[in-house]
Amino acid sequence: MSLTRRDVENIAHLARLAISEEQLPVYVDSLSKILSFVEQLNAADTAAVEPMAHPLAEQVQRLRPDAVVDADQHEKYQRNAPSVAAGLYLVPKVIE
Amino acid sequence: MTELHRLTLAELNEGLRARRFSSVELARHFLARIERFNPTLNAFITVTGEQALAAARRADELLAAGEALPLAGLPLVHKDIFCTDGVLTTCGSKMLSNFVAPYDATVVERLAGAGVVMLGKTNMDEFAMGSSNENSAYGPVRNPWDTNKVPGGSSGGSAAAVAARIAPAATGTDTGGSIRQPAALTGLTGFKPTYGRVSRYGMIAFASSLDQAGTLTHTVRDAAMLLTHMAGFDPRDSTSVDTPVPDYLGALEQPLAGLKVGLLKEFFEKGLEEESGKLVREALRLYEKLGAKLVEVSLPNLPLSVPAYYVVAPAECSSNLSRFDGARFGHRCEDPKDLLDMYKRSRGEGFGDEVKRRIMTGTYVLSAGYYDAYYLRAQKVRRLITDDFARAFKQVDVLMGPTSPTPAFDIGAKVDDPVTMYLNDIYTIGANLAGLPATSVPCGSSGGLPVGLQIIGPHFAEAKLLNIAHGYQRETEWHKRIPKGYE
Repeated sequence: MSLTRRDVENIAHLARLAISEEQLPVYVDSLSKILSFVEQLNAADTAAVEPMAHPLAEQVQRLRPDAVVDADQHEKYQRNAPSVAAGLYLVPKVIE
Repeated sequence: MTELHRLTLAELNEGLRARRFSSVELARHFLARIERFNPTLNAFITVTGEQALAAARRADELLAAGEALPLAGLPLVHKDIFCTDGVLTTCGSKMLSNFVAPYDATVVERLAGAGVVMLGKTNMDEFAMGSSNENSAYGPVRNPWDTNKVPGGSSGGSAAAVAARIAPAATGTDTGGSIRQPAALTGLTGFKPTYGRVSRYGMIAFASSLDQAGTLTHTVRDAAMLLTHMAGFDPRDSTSVDTPVPDYLGALEQPLAGLKVGLLKEFFEKGLEEESGKLVREALRLYEKLGAKLVEVSLPNLPLSVPAYYVVAPAECSSNLSRFDGARFGHRCEDPKDLLDMYKRSRGEGFGDEVKRRIMTGTYVLSAGYYDAYYLRAQKVRRLITDDFARAFKQVDVLMGPTSPTPAFDIGAKVDDPVTMYLNDIYTIGANLAGLPATSVPCGSSGGLPVGLQIIGPHFAEAKLLNIAHGYQRETEWHKRIPKGYE
């Protein structure tokens, strides 16, 4: 599998990653190598195999009761925020 | 007191209780060694000296009063992937270079609750993605056995710290071998429990169907001591398994006679360094002497574990790492012109090359038109591999083989080719895909560098694995070796 520059630009956009002009060819090359490498998977006969998403097949993921268990700690959490005002997270304008 | 760092965690525990030394003396001794050796090794991202001394003083008071907690006063270091309340938690990334965790991970909370004294947070491959600890935003970690070599990864800082005896034990995480491979490359005992055995609450997520927390220690007994407190149900982790934790320490001395050991045929085929192969075979012969029966076992789909992993893990990482958006915490770029620009530049600047590569691989294999060909197929191959293991465990109690294809390699040797780097985990990834517990114990030296023996067991067979690995350490001295200059 060989990716083009356009492919990588598109993937980077979907992944919300800014990639510099100089770095693009490096990713075109390494991502193409990785995709060629994983093509070995085509050698396996998987026609009758169920996909496996979780290593403990018998395990059912629990649901917890919809109850408040945590105290309000937004001030503590927001100490890590890049920009805050009046208890709200600030981001660039979303709606014109 | 100069020899405190030569003691195991179990011996330190005994000494503390017998009042041969205090927890403060112990903390001071290791902090002084960190100060002396860390500039060379770069094993730490944060050293929490003052906090450690305060915790050690409290432990000493409790010890004096005779009401000490089970691990009271024992120093320990945490991989910087575990959230620690009020302490910088970077996950090896520039993205989190300013992130002070607002709560403790369950692993941190439980070990602190048992009395452990944290000395600091260890260096690691960024977001646990790497096999050499060269992907850290805080610089590579050096292997104390040879400082031109890598310590393995991603728990490379934890491994180097314990191997250099600047910390007596460390936590780590293992998504594709990140505890076992560095343990092998630095001459330590690395233990990865069954998926779901140890809570992952507060452990920064990489690949959620694979991640599991564990230990890097000198001995199996030390691993058992820590796991006793780390394992167990946690309602805050939806994948945490609600089964009782057996008596790990009590299981250590069980006789090994009658044990059926499967020799993993595929692990001894091409790619394994000759001397490493020889040493692992010698270890297997020792098990035969101890009364074990050796059977060659083939897992035909196992060679596909690396490609399956490098679809599944990046897919899960691309989803998990979408939370780093520059909005609520972590790095934000300067003067974003709009929301999209903020996302793209914050992430582009905050993440390193390998993390970006995996996010993009994951984005691609999950995208419309490619999902079936890559992701779904990898999940099917994952089942084939898991079924191979299940069949093997009908025949044998445990599987054995090498942990790593080669001993530690040179810093810089594999950085240019991601696929070559990925193949370092060829023997360890299978256990993660199947969610199995596995351990690596030192079994010799190749060209002066440590070699690891890997033991893989069925789900929740931790007690058995610890018993079997301990049986080997009773007969051998490899786990007691100390790298030159750190005696």
